[in-house]
Amino acid sequence: MDIDLITQVLFAAIKTGTPLLFIALGEAICEKTGVLNLGQEGMMLMGAVVGFMAAYGTGNAGFGLLGAMLIGMVMSLIFGFLVLHLGANQVATGLALTIFGTGLSAFIGSGVVGQTIAGFQPVYIPVLSDLPVVGKVLFSHDPLVYLAIALALVIAWVANKTRIGLTIKAVGENPNAANAIGIKVLRVRYLAVMFGGAMAGLGGAYMSLVYTPMWVENMTAGRGWIALALVVFASWRIGNIVLGAYLFGLASIMHLVLQGMGWSISPNLLAMLPYVATIVVMVIISADKFKEKLLAPRSLGKPFDPRQMA
Amino acid sequence: MIRVQARTEPSTLMTFASPFLAIVLTLIFGSILFTALDKDPIQALHVLLVLPLSDAYNISEMLVKMGPLLLCAVGLSLCYRANMWNIGAEGQLLAGALGGSAVALMFVDSESFMAMPLTLLGGILSGMAWAAIPTYLKVKFNSNLILTTIMLNYIALYLLIWAVHGPLRDPDGFGFPESALFSDATLLPVLSDSGRVHLGVVLAILLALFAWFILSKTHLGFKIRVYGADEPAATYAGYNAKGISWFVMLFAGALAGLAGVSEVAGPIGQLTPNISPGYGYSAIIVAYLGRLHPAGAIIASIFLAILYMGGDLAQIEMGIPIAVVGMFQGVLLFFLLACDFFIRYRVVSSRENMA
Repeated sequence: MDIDLITQVLFAAIKTGTPLLFIALGEAICEKTGVLNLGQEGMMLMGAVVGFMAAYGTGNAGFGLLGAMLIGMVMSLIFGFLVLHLGANQVATGLALTIFGTGLSAFIGSGVVGQTIAGFQPVYIPVLSDLPVVGKVLFSHDPLVYLAIALALVIAWVANKTRIGLTIKAVGENPNAANAIGIKVLRVRYLAVMFGGAMAGLGGAYMSLVYTPMWVENMTAGRGWIALALVVFASWRIGNIVLGAYLFGLASIMHLVLQGMGWSISPNLLAMLPYVATIVVMVIISADKFKEKLLAPRSLGKPFDPRQMA
Repeated sequence: MIRVQARTEPSTLMTFASPFLAIVLTLIFGSILFTALDKDPIQALHVLLVLPLSDAYNISEMLVKMGPLLLCAVGLSLCYRANMWNIGAEGQLLAGALGGSAVALMFVDSESFMAMPLTLLGGILSGMAWAAIPTYLKVKFNSNLILTTIMLNYIALYLLIWAVHGPLRDPDGFGFPESALFSDATLLPVLSDSGRVHLGVVLAILLALFAWFILSKTHLGFKIRVYGADEPAATYAGYNAKGISWFVMLFAGALAGLAGVSEVAGPIGQLTPNISPGYGYSAIIVAYLGRLHPAGAIIASIFLAILYMGGDLAQIEMGIPIAVVGMFQGVLLFFLLACDFFIRYRVVSSRENMA
């Protein structure tokens, strides 16, 4: 394999991993407060279509990002109301959000299928981007790649070093105790759910504004679900999520590598790779039952009802 | 002052009323949406809900759509009752279609009376095999069933697309990604004169009744219900949790596999890349709407089938995009989950409370 191919592959792996990173970061915070939102795929698709439409309508990709985050939050509020206020089953509600988002995005996006936009241009970081190999792989990306990394750093700091992080942890580990010391459990969970929604919207916008710059029905192709798996693999640790997202980016573009090496495998079989990889990693990680129980937020998926406290 | 109060016992009335309430709310939502889109809401609802039942042909088409929905939903109902979050009906359906087609294509030039039963068997076994993978990973390695079944849905789809472009492609098909047409001996017999209702639809209803029998009249069904309602109690009673998990998953896989093979050996008549408009996902809604009960699933699958059929008609008659069906399904499940709140809670006025 020559150095040019390696450069191209690593560059593409980071790009492909970026939407996963956005979503997994948002969902990790959400799960840390004890809420499992399986609606990532639906929120992501809505972010993709609304982001695209906003960018297409205004001619400004920045408005696209804003629109995507807003719609992600609106979608997450539907989920939040049902799960947090009405105590609905988190698994079923998350599935409903995905089904709803898939349908609604196809419905509102039918008018812009096939349209194209300029999207985001790459930012070449001075000096660094001129370095051989590393310059191309790390320092000549679109701004959202850098935004994702910056967000990961901020989130890691907030989650591990600040009072907000402690509050999130308290709510996720033991909501009753958190409530007893005066933390507004539902408010914290609402905020975390909305944060997850905004991040899923960003992940979707990355697909339709940068990755392919266009809108196609169902264009996220299960990335929302892979991001959910990623949170579990990463044991809810931000550093692991960053690493995992790029590794999955690499797995998703392995077909480029294999084709570059002259293998002739059907592209349809190669397209299975990220999904197969997800299952394989999941089996390896979750085989240690004790470890996963230890690391998962203890109230994950369980409703908290202040009405029954008092 | 009006406030909500926890009920001491879940309301049976609300358990049954909630799906109907959710449907009414969804229709109201739909009317508002259609008005906003400058479509006559009365006409839209008429096309969506009444037209599918207006003549024998439309009813038979509706029943053709009901078959796979019902088969998948009955299997999922049992899984969810046993706390097995199987989201993989779509993949199991596709696997059934693929496996069944592989068998069917061995009988392309055959009139053998074994062609149809063997094709069905191939589909059922393929669906079971596809369901066995996540079950094994769950039982043996504690893998998250939701995520493995979702991943297997995507894998099954690509496997099917690969097959119709590769080994199962019709050699005389001018390169189209389709299999050869199945022989008449392979196809499920059509039961009506003016439509395509086939044996698979009847099998679906019979199997729903069979699942109802298992659930309510057998010891196994009792164990599934106890296991789902109170896992610690089931463990204390010495129930074999793994056995229950395997049973519900393989049963669901078999039914979804049958749904898939009934599509290719029924109305479609060959293997194509687009054999399911998401029946396996819609079946999740059917299962919940039917209160995770096989009998409820029969009624709920009719409603979803009408919606599918109405979506087709609304696209033809009024130019409403077909995606509206998927959106309504999500809205329906939202309203259902919201209405289910009142199974556990009731609205009271404080004055009444003080008396």
